[in-house]
This record gives sequence, C-alpha cells and structure tokens, in this order.
Amino acid sequence: MVDVLEPQTHAHDDHGHDEHHGPSGIMNWLTSTDHKVIGLNYTVTSIIMLVIGGAFAMIIRAQLTTPNGSVVTLAQYNELFTMHGSVMIYLFAGPFAFGGLANYMVPIQIGAPDMAFPRLNALSYWLYLTGSITMLLGFTVAGGAANFGWVGYAPLSDALNAPGAGADLWIGALLLTGFSAIFTGVNLVATIFYLRAPGMTMFRMPIFTWNMLVTGILILLAFPVLTAGLVMLYADRHFGTHIYDAHHGGVPILWQNIFWFWGHPEVYILALPFFGMVTEIIPVFSRKPLFGYKGMVFATITIAALSTGVWAHHMFTTGTVLLPFFSFMTYLISIPTGIKFFNWIGSMWGGQINFTAAMLFALGFLITFLIGGITGIILASPPLDFFTHDTYFVVAHFHSVVMALVIGGMAGIYYWFPKITGRFLNERIGKTQFWFLFLGSTLFVMPGYLLGLKGMPRRMAVYTLHPEWQHLNTLSSIGAWMIGFSTILFVINFLKTMRSPKTAGPNPWDAHTLEWFTTSPPPHHNFYALPNIRSERPTWDYYHPDAPALTHDDHDPSHMPGAAQGATK
Amino acid sequence: MKTEARLLLGLGVFVLVMGIVYGIWSKELSGTVMLIGTGILGIFPGLYYRYWSKRMAERPEDTDATVVAGAGLIGSFPGSSIWPFVLGMGCWLMVLALVFGSWLAVVAIPTITFALAGATAEGRRGGAASH
Amino acid sequence: MLEGVNDPVDNPGSGLVRSRTSRTRRNLGLAALVLTPLLLSSCTVPGFGAASGVTDASHKTYKLWQGFMITGLIVGGLTLFLIVYAALRYRRKSDAIPRQTQYVTWIEILYTVIPTIIVGVLFYVTIVVENPEVARVAHPPAKINVVAFQWGWRFSYPGYPNISTVGQTTQNPVMVMPVGETDAVTLTSLDVIHGFYVKEFNYSEYAQPGVTNRFDLHVDKVGSYQSQCTQLCGLYHSLMYFKVVAIPAADYHACLTSASDGATFVACAEKALATAGSQMTATVRPTQGALSHHG
Repeated sequence: MVDVLEPQTHAHDDHGHDEHHGPSGIMNWLTSTDHKVIGLNYTVTSIIMLVIGGAFAMIIRAQLTTPNGSVVTLAQYNELFTMHGSVMIYLFAGPFAFGGLANYMVPIQIGAPDMAFPRLNALSYWLYLTGSITMLLGFTVAGGAANFGWVGYAPLSDALNAPGAGADLWIGALLLTGFSAIFTGVNLVATIFYLRAPGMTMFRMPIFTWNMLVTGILILLAFPVLTAGLVMLYADRHFGTHIYDAHHGGVPILWQNIFWFWGHPEVYILALPFFGMVTEIIPVFSRKPLFGYKGMVFATITIAALSTGVWAHHMFTTGTVLLPFFSFMTYLISIPTGIKFFNWIGSMWGGQINFTAAMLFALGFLITFLIGGITGIILASPPLDFFTHDTYFVVAHFHSVVMALVIGGMAGIYYWFPKITGRFLNERIGKTQFWFLFLGSTLFVMPGYLLGLKGMPRRMAVYTLHPEWQHLNTLSSIGAWMIGFSTILFVINFLKTMRSPKTAGPNPWDAHTLEWFTTSPPPHHNFYALPNIRSERPTWDYYHPDAPALTHDDHDPSHMPGAAQGATK
Repeated sequence: MKTEARLLLGLGVFVLVMGIVYGIWSKELSGTVMLIGTGILGIFPGLYYRYWSKRMAERPEDTDATVVAGAGLIGSFPGSSIWPFVLGMGCWLMVLALVFGSWLAVVAIPTITFALAGATAEGRRGGAASH
Repeated sequence: MLEGVNDPVDNPGSGLVRSRTSRTRRNLGLAALVLTPLLLSSCTVPGFGAASGVTDASHKTYKLWQGFMITGLIVGGLTLFLIVYAALRYRRKSDAIPRQTQYVTWIEILYTVIPTIIVGVLFYVTIVVENPEVARVAHPPAKINVVAFQWGWRFSYPGYPNISTVGQTTQNPVMVMPVGETDAVTLTSLDVIHGFYVKEFNYSEYAQPGVTNRFDLHVDKVGSYQSQCTQLCGLYHSLMYFKVVAIPAADYHACLTSASDGATFVACAEKALATAGSQMTATVRPTQGALSHHG
C-alpha cells in the first residue's frame, strides 16, 4: 500500500499516525526506512566513531608528551595516526555531517514526508556501518591496521610496502563508505529538487538545506573519483597491475592527483554542513534574519565550484604541479569564505543575542575556524608551504578547522536536540563542555603552529633529537585531554537528559525554519499541518507576522517589529 | 525547475572552463581529464533540467502556492523494508571477499542478487505499509 | 556596518547617517591603534616563530612570511574583534524584537571587494618570491645528487664518482654544500616518497620514485644543519636523519678534489667547518646518547 501524505491547512485531530503498526524492536531497527531513524542511527554511530578516533588521539598525545616516548612502538604509532585520521574523517565527520543531522533535518526543513529514496537511504546507513566495522577490523588481523596515513599515498600503500590485510580492509572500508556517501548524495539532491513543500522556492529554502544541496552535488562529483583511485590501488595490490608503480612504468603521483581531487572537495563536503548548522543558529539566537541570505547562497556555490580546482595545493612540494594556478585558485576560495564570516557577524549585529549553549558553540566555531582559515591562506602560498608542509604547522591548521567543525556540530546537536527528542540538553553542563572544548582546541593547536615552525615534522613517533620541543608538545597534549574531557561531559549530558521528562514544545527557540513548526519530536511523516511559505522564515512569519525581514533601505517605521498592533507570540 | 538547472549548469560550465584553462596552462593530463569530466558531469543533468524546465508546468514549490495546491499524492515512500539491510550485508560480504578470499563471494553474490530481486518485487508490490 | 541603533522609530534617516560617520571614525581609530605600534617597531618586525634561515631564498621567504602574518593578524584581529564586539554589544537586553535587517548591499560589496584586493596583493608577492626560488641556473658551480630510500640518504657529487655518502637512520649521513655558490640539487627516491626538508633553508621537496626533482639552493652561512625526512615513508620514518654541512666554497672544492672517497670527503668538510672560525654559527644538535634505535 503506497503511502499518501495529504498536506493540511488545519490542525489534524486524528493522531492515529502516531501508532506504528510495523515491526517492533530489533526488526524495526533493521527494516526502518524512516529518515529520522536513519539519521539518528548515523548520528549515534558517528559519535561512537568520534570517541574511538578520540581515544587514538589520546594515545598519540601520550606518546608525544616526551621526546622518546615508549607508550607505543614505532609500528603501532604509524597505525594509530593512520586510523585516527581515517576514523575521524571517513567514519565520523562525513557521516555525521551528511548522514546524521542532515538526513534527519533536510526533509523536515523543506516540508517533505521523507527522503526521496527511503530504502536507498537505509542502504546508505548499512554500508556505512559495515564500512566502519571493516576499517576497525584492521586491528585484529596479522600485520595490524592500515599504517600509511589517512591519505594512503602510493607507493607506501602498495603490496610491497603494506602487505597485510589491514590495508585491504582500509580500502574495502572506503569502498563501502564511499558508496554510502554517493547514495546519500543522490538522496539529498533528489529530495531537495523534488520534494519541497508548496511555496518553498529554491531561494526560500533554509540555508542548512542549501548547504546540504551543494554538499550533495559535491559528493556526486568527488566520491566516484576516490572510488576509481581505490579500485586502481586494489588492482595494483592484487591483480598485478602497475598503475602506481614507478619501477614498471607506473606513476605514483597519479594517486596523489586522484586522491586530492576527491580530497579537497571532501573537506568542503565536511565543512559545508557545519557551516549550514551555524548559519541556522546565529540568526535564531540573535532574533534577526540571516544577513545576506543570497550572498550566503552564492558564496556556498562558489566555494563548491572552486573547491574542485585547488586539489594540488596539497602537492606543492612534489615539484610536479603548476604552482601559480593552484595558489591563485586557493586564494580565491578565501573570498566567499570571508563573505560568510561577515554575514555571520552581520546577523548578530543589532540583534538581541541569547547566549544559550548552542549559540556559544556557534561563536566558538566562528573563532576557531577563523584561525584555521587564516593559516590556510598562509599555506596557499607555495614558498610558505615549502617550509610548513608535513610539519606540525599543517597539523595545527587542519585541526583548527576540524575542531571548529566539531564545535559547530555540538552547536547543531544542542540546537536540534529538543526538536528530535522533546528534551533540552542541560545548559549548564553544555556551557561547561563548550569552554573545555573551545579552550582545549585552542590550547591544542597553538603550540602545534609553533612546533611546525620550529621544524617538527608530522607523523613522528619520537622527536629524540629535539628534547626542547617537549614543553610545547605537553601543552598541546593538555589541550587534547581537555577536548577528551569535554566529550565525556557531553556523554554525561546526553545520558542525564534522556532520563528527564519531555518538556520541549514545537518551537522553544522561537526559530525561523519549517522544522520548528511541527511537534517535538515530529510525527511519522513529519507534519500534521504546514503553514503558507512566503519567505525563508515560514515559522517566524507564522508567529511574528509583524516582523518580516527588511531590505536595508526600508525605513518605514511601521515595518519595525512591534509597530503593528498586538504582535503575536 | 529553472533554478536547479542553472545551479547544475553553472557549476558544470565553471568547472569545464577552469579545466580548459588548466589544461592549456599546465599541460598536465590527469587534472585536465578530471576537471573536464567533472564539468561534463554537471553539464549533462543541467542541460536536462534546462530542457525540461522550459517545457513543464510550474510546480507548487516554484511559485507562491498555498499548501492546498500541493495536496494529494506526493510519492511512494516505502515503509519498513528488510532489503536494504540484506543488500548491505551482501555488499559487505563482497568487500570482505576482496580482502579475505573469493570464497566469500560465493555467499555475497547470491545475497546481493536475492536482495535486489526482493527490493524490486517489493517496489512493484508497493512496499510495506509504513503505519 | 549596519545601523546599530535600537530605536530608529525616532529618527530613522539621520540614524543611518549618524552611525555611519561614527563608524568610519571608529574604524580609523582601530586602524591607527593596530598600525601605530607596528610602524613604531618596524625596525624589528617579529618573526612570528619562523627564522630567516641561511639561504638566499629563505630570507625572502621569511619576509613573505612576516608580511602574511601581519596581514593575517590584522584581518583576523579585525574579524575577531567584530565577532566579540557584536556578541557583547548586542547581547539580549529585552524581549523586544530587533530591527529585521537582512541586506545592506553596499557593505556586502565592500567585504567582497576588499578581500579580493588583499588576496590579489598576497598572490602577487607570492609570485615575486616564488619565481626566483623555483628557478634553476644554467651552469651551477656545484652539483649534488640526493637519493632517498627506506630509511636513509645517499649523497653523491656529479663529476666525482668516487665520492658518495650513504647512511641509514641514526647514522645521520652528511650532505656537504658550499657557502656562497649555487648548488644544483637533484632529488629522487628508490622506493616510496620521502621528504627532503632542511628547516634552516625554509624549504622542502619530495623525493619520489620515477621522478627526478631539480632545485637550486644558495647557502650563505657556514654551519651544520640537522635535518630529517618529513614525508611518511614507513616504519623508521621518525628516525630518517641527515645533516647538512655548509662550508666556504673554496674549502668545498678543495675537499672535493682532494678526497678519495665519501668518508674522507666528509672528514675534510667537518674539519673545514671547525676551522671556519668565529663566522660559524653551529646549529649542531647534541648527538651523544640521543641517536639510538628506538622501538
């Protein structure tokens, strides 16, 4: 029996939709195609991956706290940082961003009953889960897990240098998670193109949805390239080909070109969803519309377009790339990113800012990403890259950026938690978690920049020749442990909250977008009723018809909020 | 559908032009191929959407429609289904076959086939009721 | 920026004019505040953690770095200031709904155009430093072949087939270079990708199998520079040490012609280094007891 959703213009009294007559218990979990269930699956699994990757980081930092550490052996260390990076990027950041909150929120934000292809959505999750298990299985096989860095450069990843099953498990895991991502990309684009509610034109979509649309397109453009590269690597390892093998006429640099052609769009695939979350949160807690909505949309599209053309800025030191082209393109990306920053500031300007935990996390994101972005500009200059590449300067740069994403992700969780569960995460614990996460991130990265400038290379198990680097490394480790502690606080908050009663109504933050129009949590197929959609803030317009967004030259006093008689709640 | 078409077409053309400039300037083959391929990958669906956007009626979500305008059947949203899980397990086994030995493919390939058949039949049948 | 006034109902028009003037004044004051100490201390611009190094190119790279850091600090500092200022100044004071401004077109144009100009300048100065750095002279007075392998280095000197130095990990093989002459380096790898990096040169490049990289280095200071591989290359990546010994060009050529093999060449070079007198700035790292196999 096909399912029909009839949009209603009045409240629906019959709440029979609430009763799920389908399978229950574990069968429900195995067979659910509901985007909300799948989104939560992704979120929980990815946060488990965050904790696993974080545990690896804690061991790495323990090893690096002394110059000649013996917490792990050299071989184990290579596995640790490889798996730390791989778990964090392939198994946490991506899936959390486009499989977790996006899966849950995008259909609701556009007034759709589900994703366009619910069964494909479920398949995406199972491929992701099995891919995660596959990668971690590397620790159980002879030879250990993959140990050639999360980037897997040939020839280090070929059959000669990485002979064990751990490397093949890594490749296999990436094939599974790669297809998982591709299917999610298909779902995102199809859903956003075809399932929007009446009246929701493209330029009335929430910015989070816009960002997810662009992310979905980027996934479709980039991931197949990685898949192809991985298949070729597997072929080199097992089918006797010599694609990346210099000793038989192959080209090792081809791996780098292919990998980074995927790799740079990948970091924007990771970043754009979190940009989107923060862009939703800042206007809501400033009680203003997003400043420069159209500019934000165009900036996002420009970033995506440019991101396909900058890949070789990861390869400046290979001596084989066209330096000025990639340097120039990389500089160009900073312009739309700057536009976003000023739009975020503009959204706060003149507002009435409420410092909830979500807003604090959003501000922490801004500041941390600013640091990462500025150091990215430095790295875009080849002469400056020549002496910082492969040092802790780069490590600090990308950790600035990814910690910003984690902080932004926490903002998204705190913001949408009441919508998803009907409960509020504890604000006091949340704010404490924020300070540990934000200050810990800063304390972690700042010594890293200095260490890189002093010449400390990355992927070093020991720095025996330079005991004077120990103090900075110890500071960095303390920052990392603060981050770890903040994660514990989050888990505590989560467990405590799930035991507390459901107190959240449909729109506790007086927010703007459609998901805040429906109940908390949303019913099966998401909406009993939909409002008329005439702007990018349908829920705000419904509750505050007297406070529409203004263009800058609108000085009509009667357009001031509250000027009209009896502003509704 | 016009905005969607412009988005894809714009991206595709931008990347294609970038690829041509890169190709002429760098004379480097792999990047040129990847950029031009990416451009084409944006242009194909972009042209398709552009073609159809000129020939189709405006949808409710492209106008100032009211909710009533979009009433009625939205689409088919199959409720619970076991086939994604089975297909996922089949794919997993296939990947493990790549790692541990082709004997696993003996289990994987029938599983995948079975799941695809089941999912197709389910799609024809209309799928499980979602409530 | 935007109209920050909270009650434009009284005087909407002049509110805009009034705050724009005060905004301009504030921005000028801000710029003065930031630039003045910088200009006053322009005699010694801080290094921000990097060093000028010991080659022609490294000095220019250092200056480029300083310029970038100053620009980054100004732009980043301004942005940070705006974030923190907005967060504090516009914190919630009442439940009144603030003015729902969504677009101020001229400001948006401004913060599109100004970063574009800044970025254009940064790109230009990058090219000015980069082109000489990657250029190669036609007839270099000195040449050296560097071959990286798991997990050590081999240095050989074209024209002197008897002279080559090989060493693995903590053997810390020595690479001898002349001071005051351009040394043409040829770099390749026998197996996986390795990173040739010398901090004091502010430079690194990959050693790759099947690829022969060529670059020039012009060292201008006598000394010993401890280095190591920087691109992950397997189990002993952390220990793939090498050392650069830079001696006056005359000594360099003398040692080359007089030495019979790699060992005598290096010994001759170390002797020249020691006798280079007060001009020598040793960046020799303590090696006793530190270089031991680990793991």
